[in-house]
Amino acid sequence: MNILVCISRVPDTASRILIGSDSKTIDPAGIKYVVNPYDEFGLEEALRLRTKNGGEVTAVTVGTAASTDVMRTALAMGADKVVLIKSENEPTDSFYVAKNIAELAKEISPDLILCGRQSVDYDSFQMTSVLAELLDMPSVSIVSALTVDSDKLTAERDIEGGKETVEAPLPCIISAQKGLNEPRYPKLPDIMKAKRKAIEERDAIPSEERVTISEMSILSKQRVGTILSDSDEDIAELVRLLHEDAKVI
Amino acid sequence: MKKILVYLEAQKDALKRSSYEVISAATQIAAEASVSVTGVLVNGTEQQAKTAGEYGLTDVIIAKHNVAGIYSSTATAKIVADCAKAEGADCVLFSGNAAGLEVAPRVSVKLEAGYVADCVELNVDGGTITALKPVYGGKAAVKAKVNTENQIYSLRPNVFTAKANPADCAVREMSPEVSADDAKAQVTSVTKNEGKLDVLEADAIVSGGRGIKAPENYNIIEDLADALGGAVGASRAVVDAGWRPHSEQVGQTGKTVAPSLYIAAAISGAVQHMAGITTSKFIVAINKDKDAPIFSACDYGIVGDIFDVLPKLTEKIKAVKG
Ligand SMILES: Cc1cc2nc3c(=O)[nH]c(=O)nc-3n(C[C@H](O)[C@H](O)[C@H](O)COP(=O)(O)OP(=O)(O)OC[C@H]3O[C@@H](n4cnc5c(N)ncnc54)[C@H](O)[C@@H]3O)c2cc1C
Ligand SMILES: Nc1ncnc2c1ncn2[C@@H]1O[C@H](COP(=O)(O)O)[C@@H](O)[C@H]1O
Repeated sequence: MNILVCISRVPDTASRILIGSDSKTIDPAGIKYVVNPYDEFGLEEALRLRTKNGGEVTAVTVGTAASTDVMRTALAMGADKVVLIKSENEPTDSFYVAKNIAELAKEISPDLILCGRQSVDYDSFQMTSVLAELLDMPSVSIVSALTVDSDKLTAERDIEGGKETVEAPLPCIISAQKGLNEPRYPKLPDIMKAKRKAIEERDAIPSEERVTISEMSILSKQRVGTILSDSDEDIAELVRLLHEDAKVI
Repeated sequence: MKKILVYLEAQKDALKRSSYEVISAATQIAAEASVSVTGVLVNGTEQQAKTAGEYGLTDVIIAKHNVAGIYSSTATAKIVADCAKAEGADCVLFSGNAAGLEVAPRVSVKLEAGYVADCVELNVDGGTITALKPVYGGKAAVKAKVNTENQIYSLRPNVFTAKANPADCAVREMSPEVSADDAKAQVTSVTKNEGKLDVLEADAIVSGGRGIKAPENYNIIEDLADALGGAVGASRAVVDAGWRPHSEQVGQTGKTVAPSLYIAAAISGAVQHMAGITTSKFIVAINKDKDAPIFSACDYGIVGDIFDVLPKLTEKIKAVKG
């Protein structure tokens, strides 16, 4: 069974986000970049399926030359092969990224493609379905449990207030949600070995930019922050504020 | 812009609240851009469709088919895309819920359209839409513009207000061209979390943090949520400890919520937690540490012990609600 895992390189979720001088992207100074947390679930699932069924796990990233760090993490975790589809700038257009991954997928004909639920940088929420549509494959998003048979899969998917069980034939694409598995930590010898392994590089094929980002701002709404004590009067005051000012109760 | 199509979902005898939110947003944009709006409901009833009129939508198409069992995202995408083409709609709106987030990107490929997901604002200027969407888990937001002729957006649930605007709704039926081959991904069963309101559907949420100390103490959180008619959430610390299920986790790697009232009880306010609640209308924090980071990002705070404050707050809220 051949599996393709899509890996996005993102700021560590604990990073403080500051807007860069172009007002469109973040200031990368001091930011630690990591494998998108949801993609760790995807890669882990791929590695477990390889242990069970044999085959090869390929990890792909569309990004700048800086992305080799997360490619090495993927190798250290156990990917057989990693491909960096190199773009000049940090890609922001999902269609462009999907197009490039689709081209690679057509070459290696994977039985299964794994993405993450969302990439926690641009939170674009679309790679899985766009890629599936470009490759004319079925897909299941936000998967928290997966069973793969020889020619079909059964996935449990999180929906509002419950779960759906979805069946689809292979080849298929799924996006990983927390709960799918517990990703492994790469061991030191594997990290060392990964440093010597090859990273296949190829240039990204340009494509039209379907969505353009014009401005980035910090979202946090300024909150008034009335801080009260735990006295009975203050608790009553909180209820009054919520009832009469905020009108939420 | 020529015409807007809204993707509708039904629940019992009506549409989902998220669908009414999208209808309200769509009718407002349509008025500003002087275009018309049509809704599409897959395999729904006339009674369900008619309720769209309560929020100002006057035209709904019911697409009836029987190729997929319960539901198929792949078949639904084909139906919505074909419907947009047949209606001459160049702008399609979805709710950014589990179904919308899965189907909308497929429709975007079929219509060669740019797609912006999880929008929290859509601003129209001279017929051009600029979307505001959160990025970096809600720590920032970007303005995004679609460059293609066709455009698709999904709207974060609970952020857009469903405004009552009664109108007569005409319901049409159509038979979409779908075959079993279009329904490759098939939902075979659905399990609902019994009797519990999900954080994604609630207008009030009370979440507990590590300070709750033991799972059996969660009743003080549940009592307050019950008094508010809301849902119970949790920080990751609580979920990782195995005290609450992951379906209740709020935050960057949990659920992104946008209720009218979010109460964080004994939660410190780590960036990953705050990221999931930035679009809440009001945030209340209760924490015994006056220097907890959450106090600098809330609307109202109480410095105190949750075991003392929460039961009192619950009683007082019950009194107000009568
Ligand atoms: C990749 C990644 C993803 C993450 N995703 C998420 C996520 O989605 N959601 C999330 O929540 N976290 C997430 N986290 C974890 C996050 O960084 C914090 O560790 C977590 O939110 C802390 O939970 P907490 O506030 O309950 O616990 P703590 O930080 O331990 O805070 C407990 C608070 O309770 C207060 N307290 C204790 N006892 C009482 C009492 N009796 N009365 C009143 N106050 C009391 C304390 O003063 C303290 O402020 C993520 C972390 C990483 C690395
Ligand atoms: N630049 C990228 N390179 C490779 N995979 C990506 C990239 N961006 C997103 N993905 C994959 O698509 C998933 C969903 O991302 P998105 O739709 O961008 O939120 C991620 O979890 C990754 O698996």
